[in-house]
Amino acid sequence: MNSEKQYIDLYHQANDLICRHSAPLMNAHRQEALEAFQRLGFPSKQVERYKYTNVAQIFAPDYGLNLGRIDIPVNPYEVFRCDVPNLSTSLYFVLNDLFYDKALPKATLPEGVIISSLGKACEEFPEVVKRCYGQLARPGKDAINALNTMLAQDGLFIYVPRGLVVDRTIQVINILRSDVDLMVNRRVLIVLEEGAQARILVCDHALDDRNFLATQVSEVFVGENAHLELYELEETHVKCHRVSNMYVQMQANSTAVLDNITLQNGQTRNRTDVQLAGQGAEVHMNGCVIADQKQHVDNNTLIDHAAPHCQSHELYKYVLDDEAVGAFAGRILVREGAQHTVSKETNANLCASRTARMYAQPMLEIYADDVKCSHGSTVGQLGDAALFYMRQRGIPEDEARLLLKYAFVGEVLDSIRLESLRDRLHHLVEKRFRGELSKCKDCKLCK
Amino acid sequence: MLEIIDLHASINGKEILKGINLTVREGEVHALMGQNGAGKSTLSNVIVGHPSYEVTQGKILFNGKDLLELKPEDRAHEGIFLSFQQPVEIPGVSMVNFMRAALNAKRKYQGLEPLSAGDFLKLMREKRRIVELDNKLANRSVNEGFSGGEKKRNEIFQMAMLEPTLSILDETDSGLDVDALRIVAEGFNKLRTPQTSAIVITHYQRLLDYLKPDVVHVLLDGRIVKTAGPELAFEIEKRGFDWIKEEQ
Repeated sequence: MNSEKQYIDLYHQANDLICRHSAPLMNAHRQEALEAFQRLGFPSKQVERYKYTNVAQIFAPDYGLNLGRIDIPVNPYEVFRCDVPNLSTSLYFVLNDLFYDKALPKATLPEGVIISSLGKACEEFPEVVKRCYGQLARPGKDAINALNTMLAQDGLFIYVPRGLVVDRTIQVINILRSDVDLMVNRRVLIVLEEGAQARILVCDHALDDRNFLATQVSEVFVGENAHLELYELEETHVKCHRVSNMYVQMQANSTAVLDNITLQNGQTRNRTDVQLAGQGAEVHMNGCVIADQKQHVDNNTLIDHAAPHCQSHELYKYVLDDEAVGAFAGRILVREGAQHTVSKETNANLCASRTARMYAQPMLEIYADDVKCSHGSTVGQLGDAALFYMRQRGIPEDEARLLLKYAFVGEVLDSIRLESLRDRLHHLVEKRFRGELSKCKDCKLCK
Repeated sequence: MLEIIDLHASINGKEILKGINLTVREGEVHALMGQNGAGKSTLSNVIVGHPSYEVTQGKILFNGKDLLELKPEDRAHEGIFLSFQQPVEIPGVSMVNFMRAALNAKRKYQGLEPLSAGDFLKLMREKRRIVELDNKLANRSVNEGFSGGEKKRNEIFQMAMLEPTLSILDETDSGLDVDALRIVAEGFNKLRTPQTSAIVITHYQRLLDYLKPDVVHVLLDGRIVKTAGPELAFEIEKRGFDWIKEEQ
């Protein structure tokens, strides 16, 4: 049986169940998604953007799904105690694909700002959802979009109306929780209207020692003059598979920070497509990957300069050890007419063992003639000279290796704007390199 | 203190040291001279345990211990310090973290508790003065963007922090102007005690004017071919090495 068949069969068998427990606005897209998925199938490694991850293999196992929306008896506010200093955020939880609203943070949001379940938003803000849902993540363009649109029943909705500023960081914790191997299809819609501002930190955790497969499709709309900071941090475990597609559309003079950190995982594939659609938009993307054992992290980014006077700055760094596999493919596309584009893409990678593998593919395509662009990538090993210098000073080899790895990612950690996250990451990364669990102390979720 | 007996060593299968015998006693400063390629740097690298070199014969004893059995870091903990000919830049590792890791590793080896942050920074301040090392340098990454002179001063600063009993100065005078040379040499002299010894590799008399070696050796093709008092250095300065070669 090929990997696609089980999902198509599932859809046919459970179509009623899926739709019964989901909003009509989302159901309206399923048929088109099914047809697209049947047509596309899972991409093989021959497909340019999937060269480095065997998607069909990730989707081959037989996972359970919670299509009947059976309640998960856990209050994340009680079990999740994250003693990170100075990280005062408005904290929300998404359990698998379910936005947890039985308890909510006390901090009040500016009136009109909505953070809720996507399903609920379909009922309460149908015009916003209708305008946005499926508009960037088109099922016909990508099999993961199609599969997610076919099966997703709920997820997260963040809406900041025109001119509103959310001062407090919005922290969303995605928790994978199950007693059986589970597939989760989560959908995210983030809409910042003209002049709106928000800072969002999304952390992925897994509560149970189960095999998880989470697909997540996010559509992010950044209006004119709006400012978005979106930080994603994955801290799951070796049995977690994450396949994420994120589409970001930026209007004129908007700015966005899109940082992505993989600290602990099993297999991860992150696709991020950013469209600089309006003049003067500016995006900063920082990525940091730390992987060892047999972990796999594939970041695939596209920055589409579709308008003049836009800027993009991208820095991704990987530290790979043991038999870990990393991939970074970053394509910058400067379209005809996108004059005065400024774009800089840097990817630097460290293979700390002989068996770690890194695939690096920076790409720059320019169809305008007055632009300033650069792109580059390096793959290196720990410097023998530096290692010996440190050992001669009495620093044991393990410690010296740790200091060098830590120094290597220091640049990207320092470039994270959210101070509390930056400090926390410095701490977590060091612990990670020391082989201690890269988890918060006393955090019952992170066992 | 240090006893090298019939030491043979090679790199990539090529024999560089062909039977070195050398004894350094407590409180002595030995100068090691010789033309490029004679094996001076190889000898210092072998003493500190550089993994690229293979010792094929002979032994090195340090305070009676078999040095060749020890890892480089443990040789450092035993009190051996090499001032590198080309100090390595380590971007992203701050001098403070670097020195703290080094010092606390040594203290651990000696069974001592790590220094408190306050005590450590106080020690940094104190030792920095010995070589007039700017505070700004101490806060930067290890050797990154340091000038040639600053790198060498930084080597002596590290030596001051770690208080080795045997220091090897590998062409510490290379690339230094007259003032920087004086600061480095005077810094080194301030650190000398009757219990500390040094091996100084140099091509020039000028550094030796400051350091006043007790013994001068000439290394030629992997062997020590001449050993004498400080006057030998003067003679080499005047006459070069050819006359020594001809004596062989």
